[in-house]
Amino acid sequence: MKFGVVRFPGTCDEVDAQLAAARVGDAEILWHRDRDLRGVDAVVIPGGFSYGDHLRVGAVARFSPVMESVAAFAAEGGPVLGICNGFQILCEAGMLPGALLPNTNLRFSMRQVVLEVVSDRSDWTRGCAVGGRLSIPAKHTTGRFYAPDATLDQLEADGHVALRYVEDSLANGSVRSIAGVTNAAGNVLGLMPHPEHAVDALTGSADGLKLFESVALAVA
Amino acid sequence: MRARVLIRPKAGILDPQGQTVERALPALGFQGVSNVHVGRLVELDVEDPSRLAEMCEQLLANPLIEDYEIVTAL
Repeated sequence: MKFGVVRFPGTCDEVDAQLAAARVGDAEILWHRDRDLRGVDAVVIPGGFSYGDHLRVGAVARFSPVMESVAAFAAEGGPVLGICNGFQILCEAGMLPGALLPNTNLRFSMRQVVLEVVSDRSDWTRGCAVGGRLSIPAKHTTGRFYAPDATLDQLEADGHVALRYVEDSLANGSVRSIAGVTNAAGNVLGLMPHPEHAVDALTGSADGLKLFESVALAVA
Repeated sequence: MRARVLIRPKAGILDPQGQTVERALPALGFQGVSNVHVGRLVELDVEDPSRLAEMCEQLLANPLIEDYEIVTAL
């Protein structure tokens, strides 16, 4: 399979995302002004500071030409993973529910976090055991997931909460400790922690690879 | 026309910036301050102010988390 990793001005984690994806399939960088997704089977919107986080995180990147193609790709069931700033962009684009607000403590937080897999109904978690734990780094200032209570109830009832922070492993203030959510179809996943930084035991954990392996199962 | 858009966190959503300012003011000797919220101000010249609400909905604010107020009588 082939992954496409989108690069916006200000993106900084695209190389790790490409290297992580390349452990599972082919992976190439997609420039944000290019509407052509080059026949990729899955799209990763990586972390960083697209457009300098101006106005609101993710608010400007969603108007980049590539995002029209990504939205059309997702609407047809194509798997899309938004990591950190990518999660923020997908929320701003209306491709995922909710929004990301500044961490409760207003600080940049960087640490290894433990996530619990809540649902394996998404393309990106189907290879994970429900209840299993993933050790993955997180690093962000604007990671407080928020959605109104009615939306949260629906997300939980429908199995669209994919990942949760275990205990208080990350004090960003996310409602109901939500770390990752999917769209209704389960092909689009957004999460704040960085699976692409956890693909080799040499750097502490290879748990992040499970998300990339999951999507390989999904497109097989 | 000159216009001003005031954007603030929706009521009920935790506003740590507001809380921080609210705690800082008494530390400087300013007593009797409460209910502090910190938002954003956008000023712009527009030819058609009737489109400002659309601009707010689509870009200037995120209606899920923010309220906006359009002021055109400056």
